Amino acid sequence: MKSIVIVGGGVAGTITANYLAMRLREEIREKRVSVTIVSDREKQLYEPGLLYLAFNRVEENDILKDIRYLLDPQLELKIARATRIDTEKSRVELDTGEALDYDYLVIATGSRVVPEEMPGLVEGGHWFYNLDGAKRLRDELAAFRKGKVVISVMGIPHKCPVAPIEVTFMLDEFFKIHGVRKEVELLYTYPINRIFTMETVSELVQQMFEERNIGYKTFFNPVEIDPEKKVIVTLEGEEEPYDLLISIPPHRGSQVIIDSGLGDKEGWVPTDRFTLKAEGYENVYVVGDATNLPVSKAGSVAHFEAEVVAENIAAEIKGLPPTARYFGKAMCFIETGFGEATYIWFDYETPPRLVKPNKFIHWMKLAYNRMFWLTARGML
Amino acid sequence: MVVVDARGSYCPGPLMEMIKTLKQVEVGEIIEVLSSDESSAKDIPEWVKKAGHELVEVKKEDDYWRIVIKKLK
Repeated sequence: MKSIVIVGGGVAGTITANYLAMRLREEIREKRVSVTIVSDREKQLYEPGLLYLAFNRVEENDILKDIRYLLDPQLELKIARATRIDTEKSRVELDTGEALDYDYLVIATGSRVVPEEMPGLVEGGHWFYNLDGAKRLRDELAAFRKGKVVISVMGIPHKCPVAPIEVTFMLDEFFKIHGVRKEVELLYTYPINRIFTMETVSELVQQMFEERNIGYKTFFNPVEIDPEKKVIVTLEGEEEPYDLLISIPPHRGSQVIIDSGLGDKEGWVPTDRFTLKAEGYENVYVVGDATNLPVSKAGSVAHFEAEVVAENIAAEIKGLPPTARYFGKAMCFIETGFGEATYIWFDYETPPRLVKPNKFIHWMKLAYNRMFWLTARGML
Repeated sequence: MVVVDARGSYCPGPLMEMIKTLKQVEVGEIIEVLSSDESSAKDIPEWVKKAGHELVEVKKEDDYWRIVIKKLK
C-alpha cells in the first residue's frame, strides 16, 4: 500500500488532503493508498478572519472549525506535533513517539510570527497575526481614543502581504465611526522604498493614503522597540514615537522544518517554483506558506498550489504522467475600509492590476469569509 | 567580506537579504550583494545612502549586478 503523509492541518494541508481523497477515492477504498494528515491542533483557524476579529466584527467561534469536520471521511487524521522529518528513511516522527513512513510527503507546515525576535516588541507592541494577538488588539482598539497609531511591517516575507494596508484603511474608518479620527494620527511604515512590494498596488494605495490623511514612511526597518519610551528604533537610525504600535512581526517557517534541516536560514523550504517539489527530493512536495517561493504567503496561493500537488501525486500513483505545473497564481481581496474593497490577481508573469474599490467586492469578501470552509473541504 | 547571493530572487528579495545580513555583521565589514534583478541596482544604493553606509561599487556583470557596500555604523 502506498502511503501519503501530509504534515500540517492549515488551509494548505486540508485542501491538499481533500483533493487527494477525491482523486484517489477508489484506491483509498481498496486500501491501495492511505492518506494521513498530521495536525498539531484540533481546530483550523481561518486566519484572514483575524483582521475582522481585531475590529470586533467577527468572534472567535466564527473563524475556528474542527479539522475533522473539514476532512473527507476517507482521510486519516492524527492530532500530534511532527517533531522531525527524516527524508533518508522517508519517515515523520511525532511527539507521541509514533512514526509515520511515507511514499509521498506533503509539507504544509505554514509560517508563524516570532514577535520575540524583535527586542521589546512583546512588551511594547501589538499584532493581529495570531488569535491571542488579535484578541488583545481588539480590546486595545475598543478603548483607544487619542494618540498616534503606527502600523509597522517589520520584515518581508509575511503572511497575507496586503493585510497591513487593509488594517490601516480599516483603522481610518474605525476611528471615524467612533468620532475620534481627528484625535488619532495614523502612520504606516514599510521596509523597502515604496509602501508595497508591487509597484502598481503601491501607487494606488499611496494615493489613497494621502486622500485619507494617513502618513507613511518607507525604508523603515525596525531593530528594536523601547516599550518604556514608546519608541521604534530603526536600522536607518530613526526613532519613531508611538502611542499604539500595530506590528506585522517577523515571520519564520515551522520549527519542525528547522529541526529537520530542511529549510533555509528562516525556515522556508527551498521549492521548485513549477513542480512544487522540495529541491533535491522526488517524493517530497511543499504547499502554502512553508515554501521559499517569491509568491504571497496567502490562502489563495495554498489553494492553487494544492491543486497542482494533489493532481501530480494522484497521477504518479495511477501511473499517469505528473504534468500539472504551478505558475505563481494568487488572488487577494483588499478591504479599503468597512464598506468597499478591491482585489488583485497575479502570477509569475502577470503583475496585478487594481480595479476601483467598490461595494460589490467588499460584499464578495464578506461572503467568502463564510464560504471559506467549503474551500478547506475542497469544494470551492 | 560577506557575499549575499540573491540571484534568482526578485524585488524586494535582494534588498531584504542585504538588510538582514547587515544587521548581523560588524561595523567596517564589506558586504557584496549579487542580484539578477535590475531594480536592486537602484534600490540598494538608495537604501545605503538613507541608512548612512558606504556604497563601494555597483557593477554590471554578465547577467547580474554586483553591489558592494561597507557597514559604517
